[in-house]
Amino acid sequence: MLSEIKLKMSSSPHIRSKTTSANIMLMVTIALLPAAAFGVYNFKLPALVMLISTTVSAVLTEYIYQKLMHKKITVNDFSAVVTGLLLGLNMPANAPWWMGALGSVFGILVVKQLFGGLGQNFMNPALGARCFLLISFTGQMTTFIYDGVSGPTPLALLKSGESVDTMGMLIGTIPGTIGETSVFAIIIGAIFLILMGVIDLRIPGTYIVTFAVFVGIFGHLKNPDIGFFDPQYITAHLCGGGIMLGAWFMATDYVTSPITKTGQLVYGALLGILTGLFRLFGGSAEGVSYAIIISNLLVPLIERVTLPKPFGKGGEK
Amino acid sequence: MNGCTERVYNGLIKENPTFVLMLGMCPTLAVTTSAINGVGMGLSTTVVLVLSNMLISMLRKIIPDSVRMPAFIVVVASFVTIVQFLLEGFVPSLYASLGLYIPLIVVNCIILGRAESYASKNPVVLSIFDGIGMGLGFTVGLTAIGLVRELIGSGKVFDYQLLPLADMSTGQAGYVPVTIFILAPGAFLVLAGLTALQNKMKINAAKKGKKVIEAAGCGEGCASCAGCSKTVFPTGNEKE
Repeated sequence: MLSEIKLKMSSSPHIRSKTTSANIMLMVTIALLPAAAFGVYNFKLPALVMLISTTVSAVLTEYIYQKLMHKKITVNDFSAVVTGLLLGLNMPANAPWWMGALGSVFGILVVKQLFGGLGQNFMNPALGARCFLLISFTGQMTTFIYDGVSGPTPLALLKSGESVDTMGMLIGTIPGTIGETSVFAIIIGAIFLILMGVIDLRIPGTYIVTFAVFVGIFGHLKNPDIGFFDPQYITAHLCGGGIMLGAWFMATDYVTSPITKTGQLVYGALLGILTGLFRLFGGSAEGVSYAIIISNLLVPLIERVTLPKPFGKGGEK
Repeated sequence: MNGCTERVYNGLIKENPTFVLMLGMCPTLAVTTSAINGVGMGLSTTVVLVLSNMLISMLRKIIPDSVRMPAFIVVVASFVTIVQFLLEGFVPSLYASLGLYIPLIVVNCIILGRAESYASKNPVVLSIFDGIGMGLGFTVGLTAIGLVRELIGSGKVFDYQLLPLADMSTGQAGYVPVTIFILAPGAFLVLAGLTALQNKMKINAAKKGKKVIEAAGCGEGCASCAGCSKTVFPTGNEKE
């Protein structure tokens, strides 16, 4: 009698990861909490109201849209929470709360859902929303009130050639949007994400290094008073504005960044150059949002160029 | 429905140049920052369209096939020049706000499209009504887009301040205009929104069992009309 060997037949993949979109998004949410908490400490009640307003309206928009369109409700995958929270962190605390809510509706409805929902959006929904608000309400979006006084951000001071308080920029006790001021709080979140394996250093690393080199060279060429690779000037540029928040949390968005490893390096370098161009030679002091959404649009091209060749293809002709 | 009303209905609803055929996008996106600009542009185009359709239909048996395009252009350009001078003389404010886009009516593909696919093959009266229908369809399209953009982007309707504006310096409550809608991106957003809305309405009407008449002629838009009766792109197999 033949012995029967029981073989379990199944098709690939045979090794599955337990990671799902929901727990990646949950980890991003947790990683954003230090920045959010510092924002609320720094800007008090208005910041809390703004964060709640953007997050709640992002989730509600997604829920209502999917309900009305008879689609699967995907609210509990936390992606709308991340979008809302990121938008809130990108808003000035003194802007009216409805502005944040309007931004969330635009980001979720137009940028994300109309293009097919999570995984299909062509640019980062939070940044799309921020740029929508920036163009629509330029006045309110660029007025920053800190300690009851409306003042210029360190970046604006830097642009007009004045000195800035670098230590304050590291800790975050400066005017700016809710989540961008404290470099420490952002780095804590970023380290958590790197340790959990959600993001790697490739995109943020190339972004920050390219940007630092660009500012080091062109800061000097534009204004000879600033030394060639002046460490203080570079540090101020790295700690000011949205570059830290953008590099660690928004440029690394899975949907809108390249998959290929070379592509990620190209994307990071492009971000660095664009941000540097906008900040040094552009009309406004900040340029991170536009740099990221323009690079988002170029991702399909970057991927096409950097697609790795399968083994055996593309040898000598 | 007789031929003439059918033509007008066709231009307004069934083959609306803005929302169905998606023709003439350049003026559609560029000048619709306010409702009055939309009306002005739409009516100027309508006048040119009716007159050029009429003249081309009259001359359809005289114009040789091989030079029909240059002939159409000459006809259209003459009427555009007349309209441009009239606007400059009688409504200088509208002339100033439409600016460059008036001479560009010459190359508006609605006008050449109607000349090529309708007026050059049909009798004069029908061609005139075709021009009226298409022109009104275009006017309605531009006005609708302009109305929405003006209302959201500046709180006005036909230059009348419908929604009182908020004043940040005095803290007075009111409407805060969403400026992006009177800038270029707003044109795309509103055009897409209104197109989706009219498609939804048509689909709903079709579901309710109302007969939605298929587009006349070739059943497609002008863009795909090439094969109707004249071969625009020779395949090399014609023996003439």
